[in-house]
Amino acid sequence: MPMDWIWGLVGGLMIGSAAALFLLVSGRIMGASGLLGGLVDGSGRANWAERLAFIAGLVAVPALLAGGRAETHLNLTSNIAVVIAAGLLVGFGTRLANGCTSGHGVCGISRLSLRGIVATICYLLAGALSVLLFRHGLGWI
Amino acid sequence: MRLVIAFLAGGLFGAGLLISGMTDTRKVQGWLDIFGDWDPTLAFVLGGAILPMALAWRIANTRTASLLQSPLPAPPEPVIDRNLVLGSGLFGAGWGLSGLCPGPAMASLSFGGWQGLTFFLAMVAAMMITPRVRNFWTGGREAPI
Repeated sequence: MPMDWIWGLVGGLMIGSAAALFLLVSGRIMGASGLLGGLVDGSGRANWAERLAFIAGLVAVPALLAGGRAETHLNLTSNIAVVIAAGLLVGFGTRLANGCTSGHGVCGISRLSLRGIVATICYLLAGALSVLLFRHGLGWI
Repeated sequence: MRLVIAFLAGGLFGAGLLISGMTDTRKVQGWLDIFGDWDPTLAFVLGGAILPMALAWRIANTRTASLLQSPLPAPPEPVIDRNLVLGSGLFGAGWGLSGLCPGPAMASLSFGGWQGLTFFLAMVAAMMITPRVRNFWTGGREAPI
């Protein structure tokens, strides 16, 4: 749709504002994989309630906004092997690299962190190659 | 207060992911499909997100603590190690395969059906074992590339 880029920009500004709020008020990096990962592997035990509150907002607000709107779709494949393999890769990869699109991408690039920039180049390249291989090569997705 | 701010930040993040199209895996895969029918929307999402955050870092650099008196995160050591590159590569492969990264995987839990829930559970399972695997192959140290 021709209006998509405006929604992308507005949504992006909201994502960045959320990260700015979390940094300036709470002193925290808004990284989705780190906040969740620290909760499930025990490394974030010291501030588990703050992590849980963040995740509660992250799940609840889209649920309210999307509630009853039939046009909201995740459109994830129903191939269960692909779903599980992708989930394992994303979970393992982001924790190994200590960050994902929000931590390395949004929070890292905006402070010109070398690690954030290198990580973003790596996952963008790997993502493009993955779509090339699995969509155009193997036709799985 | 900390919990309220965390909930609000998570909620605003989730609303932004939903509105921008990041919770539609077809759109995300369209952005990664640079050799096919490329969809540039996500460049606007990332650009839009970096703007307020760049401003926030400028403000943070002039302060010694956050508003709630927490220390502000110090810049990471500019060390590029094997874990960063390998981990980001594996993450990217899974991102392309599914169109989901961790934030949208959580934001879409309410409407993502069994597919979204299965992805989330697999992601959490992998996150739980990662520290053990990482320590096993680096002996607890960061490995230079």
